[in-house]
Amino acid sequence: MSAAPQKTKAGAEKIDVIVSAIVPLNELVTRFEFKRTDGAPFPPFSPGSHTVVEMDDDRRTRLNPYSLMSDPADTSTYAISVRRDDAGRGGSLFLHNRVEVGDRMMLSYPVNLFPLDLRARKHVFLAGGIGITPFMAMIAHLERMGHRWELHYTCRSKALGTYAEDLTLKHPNKAHVYYDDQEQRIALEELLDGQPLGTHVYVCGPKGMIEWVHRTAAAHGWPEENVHSEEFLAPQPGKPFEVRLCKSGITVQVGENESLLEAIERCGVDAPFLCRGGSCGQCETDVVEADGTFDHRDHWLDEEEHASGKKIMPCVSRFVGKSLVLDR
Amino acid sequence: MSKFQFPESIPSRPVYGTLEPRPGKAHLMIADAEGAEALLDLASVDADLVRAAHIIYIPKKTGDTYVEKLRALGPSQLHLSPTYEASVQRIRRVLADAHMGLQVYLAGTEGLMGQAEAEATHAGIPHGAIQSEHRGSVARRMQCVHCKGITEDVMTDPFVCAHCGLHLFVRDHYSRRLAAFQGVCVDAEDPGNVPDPVELYS
Repeated sequence: MSAAPQKTKAGAEKIDVIVSAIVPLNELVTRFEFKRTDGAPFPPFSPGSHTVVEMDDDRRTRLNPYSLMSDPADTSTYAISVRRDDAGRGGSLFLHNRVEVGDRMMLSYPVNLFPLDLRARKHVFLAGGIGITPFMAMIAHLERMGHRWELHYTCRSKALGTYAEDLTLKHPNKAHVYYDDQEQRIALEELLDGQPLGTHVYVCGPKGMIEWVHRTAAAHGWPEENVHSEEFLAPQPGKPFEVRLCKSGITVQVGENESLLEAIERCGVDAPFLCRGGSCGQCETDVVEADGTFDHRDHWLDEEEHASGKKIMPCVSRFVGKSLVLDR
Repeated sequence: MSKFQFPESIPSRPVYGTLEPRPGKAHLMIADAEGAEALLDLASVDADLVRAAHIIYIPKKTGDTYVEKLRALGPSQLHLSPTYEASVQRIRRVLADAHMGLQVYLAGTEGLMGQAEAEATHAGIPHGAIQSEHRGSVARRMQCVHCKGITEDVMTDPFVCAHCGLHLFVRDHYSRRLAAFQGVCVDAEDPGNVPDPVELYS
C-alpha cells in the first residue's frame, strides 16, 4: 500500500503539525521544530529537501519554502531555521513574531530540488549565511553513511554564525568557518584545485556567491554536473498589473506586494506550484497573449524561453504593459 | 577522410562530436588508429593544450602512419600501446591519480571510445563532460545477449558470435556500462533462416 495520499489540490500534500519548540539561535535566526498532530512519524526526507510552510497571517495565506535542517533519520521532528528579514515580504517576520509553541500549522510534504549526488567520491559544501540550513541535514546524513565531506561556511560575524560553533566543535577537521568582519574569505580557487576526481560541490547562499562558484569551477574545468546550487527567490514587489485567466474566465489584479501566483490563488484558482521560488518549474504557465514586457525572475526557463514571451513562472515573475492573457 | 556521418537512430545510440579545447587542470587524450587525426586537428586549434596533454595512442592497423606526427606535437606524455586491453592499466592508474579539472578527450573507433568512457565515468567524471570524436573504422563492439560474450570489430549484419556461434542481428541498442551494442539471435523463430550478411551502413 502506498502511504502517499491522493493529490486533490495544487502543491505537495500537506501535513498538520504543532509547533513543538522555538529556539532563538542568535539575533536574526530562530529554529522552529514541529511534531505531527496525529502523532504519526513524518515522511522521511532526503537531505536538501524543503517544506512549504503555510501561514495564516490575518486571513492572508503565506506560503514560504524553508530547507528542512533536522536530521533526516529523525522522523519524529521536522525543523527549519529561519532568518528574520525585516525588509522582506513578511513571512519570516510572521514566524518570528506571531508563532508560538503549541500553535497548529500546515507543512507541505518535503520536496527536494537540491539533492546530494551519492555517486560523488567526496562532497564539498559552500554555505553563505542562512544558506547553511540544507547542509545541516546533508552533513547528518553523510556522517551516518560514512561518506567524505567538508564544509566551508562564510558568515557575517561570530555572533551571527548560525550553527557555526556546533559544527566546528563536532567536526573540527571538516567544518571551516570564515567571518566577514575578520576579513576571512573562502579561498575558492585553492579549494577547487586538487580535489579528487568525482568530487561534487554544493553552494547555497546569496546570488553573487552562487554565480562566483559556478564561474570559478567552470574556469577550473569542473563539469557543470558536479556543481550544485540552490537559491530560493522571494517574489519581489513591482508595479500592479492586470491579468486575464482565459480557462478560468476571470480577470485578476496583481498587487504591488503580491506575486502573480498569489494573486491567482487569492481569486480561487488552484494553480500548480511546489517551490514558490523560481526553481522547480511546477508553476510554468503558457502565455496566450501579451502586449507589454515580461519581468522574468526565475531560474527555470532558459534565455530563449524568456525571450519568446510564450511562458511565465508566476511564482516570481511579473509583467508590465497593457494586457496579459494566461492559459490558466 | 576519416570522418563518417552515422545515420540518425534511437536515443540509445551514442553520438559523437568534434573535439574542442576546454579549460582544465590536466588533459588526458585517448585515441586509436585514425583517431590520431582528431588530435592533430585539435592541436591545430590549440597547440599548447596538446603540449600539456597525456596522450595514450593505440595505432592498430595504421602502424606508424601517425606516430611521428603525434610525437611532433610535443605532448607531455605520449604512450603507445599495442591494444586497448594493454593500455587499460595505465588509463586506470592515470584516472586514479587525477584530480577535478581533468579533461578527457576520446577519438577513434566506437569500441575504444566506449570502453575508455566507461573507465572515466567509473572514476567519477560525468558522462556528459567527456568529449569524443569518431574517426576511422565504423566497426562495432557487440555483446551477444545470449552468451554475453563480446565480439570486437564487427563489420557485418548479421554476424556470427565469436563465443557461442549464434547468428546475431546488429542492434543500435547500446550499453554504456559494457561499451557494446546488443546482438540478438536472428534466426530464433526459424532456425537456419539466416539472411546474407550485409556490410554495416552499406
